[in-house]
Amino acid sequence: MRPQRRSVPLRAVGVLALVLVLASCGRNMAEQPSARAFEASPFFADGSVQQRLLEGTVSRERGGIDASYFSGQDADGLMRDLPFDLTLEVVQRGKERYDIYCSVCHGYTGEGDGMIVQRGFPQPSSFQQQRLLDAPVGYYVGVITNGFGRMFPYASRVPPEDRWAIAAYVKALQLSQNASVDDVPDAALRDLGDSTPTSEGSVRR
Amino acid sequence: MPQIFPPNANAFAKWAILGGGAFFVALIVALPIYARTMNNAVGVPVAQPVAFAHNLHTAQLGIDCRYCHTTVEVAASASVPPTETCMTCHSQVRVGAPQLAAVAASWATDTPIAWNRVHDLPDFAYFNHSAHVNNGVGCSSCHGRIDQMAGIWKNEPLSMGWCMDCHREPERFLRPRSEVFNMAYEPPFDNRPLGLELVAQYGISHEKLYQCSVCHR
Ligand code: HEC
Ligand code: HEC
Ligand code: HEC
Ligand code: HEC
Ligand code: HEC
Ligand code: HEC
Repeated sequence: MRPQRRSVPLRAVGVLALVLVLASCGRNMAEQPSARAFEASPFFADGSVQQRLLEGTVSRERGGIDASYFSGQDADGLMRDLPFDLTLEVVQRGKERYDIYCSVCHGYTGEGDGMIVQRGFPQPSSFQQQRLLDAPVGYYVGVITNGFGRMFPYASRVPPEDRWAIAAYVKALQLSQNASVDDVPDAALRDLGDSTPTSEGSVRR
Repeated sequence: MPQIFPPNANAFAKWAILGGGAFFVALIVALPIYARTMNNAVGVPVAQPVAFAHNLHTAQLGIDCRYCHTTVEVAASASVPPTETCMTCHSQVRVGAPQLAAVAASWATDTPIAWNRVHDLPDFAYFNHSAHVNNGVGCSSCHGRIDQMAGIWKNEPLSMGWCMDCHREPERFLRPRSEVFNMAYEPPFDNRPLGLELVAQYGISHEKLYQCSVCHR
């Protein structure tokens, strides 16, 4: 005969043990022990989950990319060309990023009259200065990566592709500020409709 | 021995049992309702170690959200700016102001400022900023008019029901991508025609959005 009757208390003990085991996992699922972005953590000395990269860390993602991609400078000095094709999208991306990260100080036209300057930040030179008109695109990439005098570096905030896009846009901005009606392509001029260009180069409606 | 309880004590006992039961049921129903609707900290300002004012920095100074919340377009987390970002300006502006003492101390000692979290989903729910911001959901749809807040608080309950209100019918809330960072955006009176156009344009799948596994993974 099978010991049918003894298995009932056995099973009860088993169930009880299971209940006890499960009860011991009384961790709240809302606060799991895994680390989430920006949480505090006793694991690291500075008490934060978010850790800085160690000095000299080499990015695998960007491995094999030339250092000039970040500094704007190669063996021949400051670079005059972008390391990728210059398209309208690149310049438009550059405008968007310039307006976010640079315009607060340098102003939307690069005159150096942004809102933070009006509130007491030292005034940067205008991008229309001859020295800066002559500076090649690589100069601007270098300044964004490394900072300049009292301007902090933007390397941690602006990824390298965007630095080139911003630099390309600054060059476009400089051209646009010194442009005359003759620089406007005929097709675009026609789009301006009945507005007639005047001799001084401004457009009158 | 005299009787302690008069005869009508029987009725009292009966009503006490019935009333107690009813009270118990009401409690079970009311507590979760309270927890979900009233006790969700919507509109309650959260104290911070530095009295940082979004209205001053965004509406008045014109700084874009992305200047500080740099990863909001590319990652799950919007990120809260490191002290370096504050010092970009405050190394020159308002140096030595008592309001900025904690920022200066954090910079000098190289320890992060311990901001208190305002929005915090439970760990079993997954949220991703880039999926929303790149698909036409504006910051103000979820965070309210941050650009008018002198302090900081939650503008929405962030309950599952609230997420689902939009995930079932995203066309009620979508806006063009160019307006995502525009805090003052006014949607058209009936957002559906524009919304449906955008749903098609961005390739948003209605079937996918209300699957449990989108948020519980
Ligand atoms: C917080 C204000 C601020 C922001 C934001 C800022 N800059 Fe500057 N920038 C300055 C100041 C001030 C100087 C001059 C520094 C000095 O002379 O000590 C400067 C200098 C420069 C220079 C060098 C000009 C020269 O005289 O050779 C360039 C180029 C430049 N900035 C580009 C940028 C770009 C591109 C961005 C956006 C990624 C940017 N800046 C964002 C404040 C700022
Ligand atoms: C000058 C930098 C800066 C700018 C610009 C900025 N923020 Fe913030 N933001 C912060 C800091 C610092 C905190 C953390 C302190 C706090 O909660 O007030 C924060 C907190 C927040 C929080 C709450 C985070 C939490 O704990 O849940 C939200 C939401 C937010 N910002 C949205 C925005 C939006 C939307 C914009 C654009 C209109 C914006 N921020 C612009 C610096 C900035
Ligand atoms: C782009 C520049 C810029 C950045 C970045 C910035 N601020 Fe400011 N902040 C300002 C300006 C300008 C003022 C106002 C100065 C004035 O009174 O005109 C200001 C004012 C303040 C004040 C008020 C000081 C007072 O006098 O009452 C506090 C607090 C403050 N900022 C904190 C922060 C914190 C914290 C951060 C980093 C998350 C930060 N700021 C980032 C430019 C900036
Ligand atoms: C679909 C709703 C939604 C939109 C749109 C949205 N947020 Fe959030 N935000 C949230 C939720 C939910 C959290 C809490 C996330 C968590 O706890 O994991 C949050 C958290 C944050 C935080 C705290 C840090 C973090 O990432 O946890 C900041 C800062 C923030 N949001 C800024 C922004 C900015 C800036 C925008 C606009 C570009 C924006 N949010 C758009 C819902 C949204
Ligand atoms: C105002 C509308 C709206 C609100 C509110 C909202 N969502 Fe979304 N959510 C969207 C849209 C639109 C998408 C994009 C869907 C796509 O990529 O096809 C999305 C996508 C997502 C995704 C990414 C799906 C993927 O592609 O992997 C997650 C996760 C998510 N939402 C979670 C949440 C959570 C959690 C909340 C509540 C805290 C929330 N959402 C609130 C509109 C919203
Ligand atoms: C749009 C995102 C989203 C989707 C889709 C979603 N949830 Fe949730 N769920 C959440 C969030 C956010 C919370 C946390 C709410 C809170 O903090 O109150 C949550 C909480 C929960 C909880 C815990 C409730 C509590 O109070 O403890 C359960 C259970 C749950 N969800 C089940 C489901 C099921 C089942 C589905 C599929 C039908 C589902 N969820 C789909 C976002 C979502």
